[in-house]
Amino acid sequence: MTARQHFHPVIRVLHWLMAALILAMLFIGIAMVSTAGPAYHMLIGLHRPIGISLLVLVLIRLAVRLKTGAPPLPADLPPVMVAGAKASHVLLYLSILVMPLIGWGMLSAAGYPIVFVEGIVLPPILPHDIALYAVLRVAHTAIALLFFALILGHLAAGLFHALVRRDGVFEAIWRNR
Amino acid sequence: MSEPPAARSPAPALIVIAAIVAAIVALFAWAAGWIGPSRVSGGTVANALQYNAGLHRGYRRAHAKGMCIAGTFDANGAGVALSKAGVLRPGRSTVIGRFSTGGGNPLATDGRNVFHAMALRIVSPDGQEWRTAMDHTAIFPVADVKSFVALQIAMKPDPKTDKPDPAVLAAYLAKHPETKRFMDYMKTMPLPNSFANGTYHSINAFRFIDSTGRTRLVRWMMVPEDKLVALDKSKLASLPKNYLFDEFIQRLKSGPVRWHLVVTLANPGDVTDNATVQWTGPHRQVDVGTLTIDHWAPEETGGCRDYNYDPTVLPPGIAVSDDPLLSARSAVYSTSYTRRAKDGSGPSAIGEQFGISGNKQ
Repeated sequence: MTARQHFHPVIRVLHWLMAALILAMLFIGIAMVSTAGPAYHMLIGLHRPIGISLLVLVLIRLAVRLKTGAPPLPADLPPVMVAGAKASHVLLYLSILVMPLIGWGMLSAAGYPIVFVEGIVLPPILPHDIALYAVLRVAHTAIALLFFALILGHLAAGLFHALVRRDGVFEAIWRNR
Repeated sequence: MSEPPAARSPAPALIVIAAIVAAIVALFAWAAGWIGPSRVSGGTVANALQYNAGLHRGYRRAHAKGMCIAGTFDANGAGVALSKAGVLRPGRSTVIGRFSTGGGNPLATDGRNVFHAMALRIVSPDGQEWRTAMDHTAIFPVADVKSFVALQIAMKPDPKTDKPDPAVLAAYLAKHPETKRFMDYMKTMPLPNSFANGTYHSINAFRFIDSTGRTRLVRWMMVPEDKLVALDKSKLASLPKNYLFDEFIQRLKSGPVRWHLVVTLANPGDVTDNATVQWTGPHRQVDVGTLTIDHWAPEETGGCRDYNYDPTVLPPGIAVSDDPLLSARSAVYSTSYTRRAKDGSGPSAIGEQFGISGNKQ
């Protein structure tokens, strides 16, 4: 038990904070396109600032994660599960990074002002191009749905470690010791 | 690593895991509207517009026929007391916008379209942006999005008569006195014979917020300097196809066309969440500046086509009211924008007339 068994505290805090925000974003995103009621305006008003915040958070998290690393996986974990764990974490990080960038990029391509919060307008990161917007808009939804599936798999795997294998993998991101 | 406990069945734990995942999926499906009561989305409204006018790929699903305009907005400073928006501080903002006629047919004949509209994208010296899409009517035919969908279905023109089915329309109007009021209003209102001499209204109420944080409910209108001359409504069908657009292009040759942005402040008790209700009686009105339009271009080259004139794109100091139509307009415009973005832009009536083609600006 001398090897570090846990993620860095900053990673643990960011993980659970971002988990809540990302789930909220997926629900807000899918709900806002489902309605033309008053909720639409309210939800899109949440979607943009949370998305930009997540971009900032993931950049901090990636820096800390690359610097502090991850605790080793259990030695008896089957190679298939090891490969799945590594691949899914790369995809999860990629999704967290890419989703807000596509969101920002598609608003840029559509020529909208990118309002972070009232009065703070971010610069466009892509040229105004409606055809580019069309591609990014489709990608934003498609990747969101894949991301949601990935999160469900990640959650199921985490619970499998916690409740079935009881191998300390879940505790590595959960426990505060 | 810890010793695996002996003879513990993983089944209960696996069921718990499956139940948690299933619950989240079900919640997601509910949030998405895939399960539960059906919702009116931007897509529902866009479908209704397409049902009414036919599907015209590559164009806005409403106000499909249009032309780009450009110029400036000079604020006189009178609006500073009402809103902290930079666009109202004395100074000059740049304007690119679009004149359009109502309906989903991008090649319609101007006499067939009773709706004239002005959409503007105003960028103030502080870099903030204000988008507004205004109609030449002070009121709207419906108050909410469900009624708008019903209206599009009821008003679908019969291909033979080019008019709505009288029985369907009568059934709709029996349930929607507000639309009947709108139609009566349209009958009494003169139809401007030019884009230049029409008054364009904000349709919905908005909030102006001043530097002290005080909020005022307002509507606004662009009041033309040119004198209103009405079209003969009995001869609309014989108007040349691009009559209104041609007339404006000709008019610009003799100089810029100007409007005054007049802000109307709500009286206590004025209805702010229903665009079918006019504010009547005396109101305080403030002329806050002058819109000058001195350029036009077809949509292919004018830099107006590939923007969404979402009326909820507002600078600090201007905000939406409690009118549910604003959120609906935002949702529907966004759907329309996404659909035509996927289609690829089609040629405009005015571009074709001037032999200008191509999708890229």
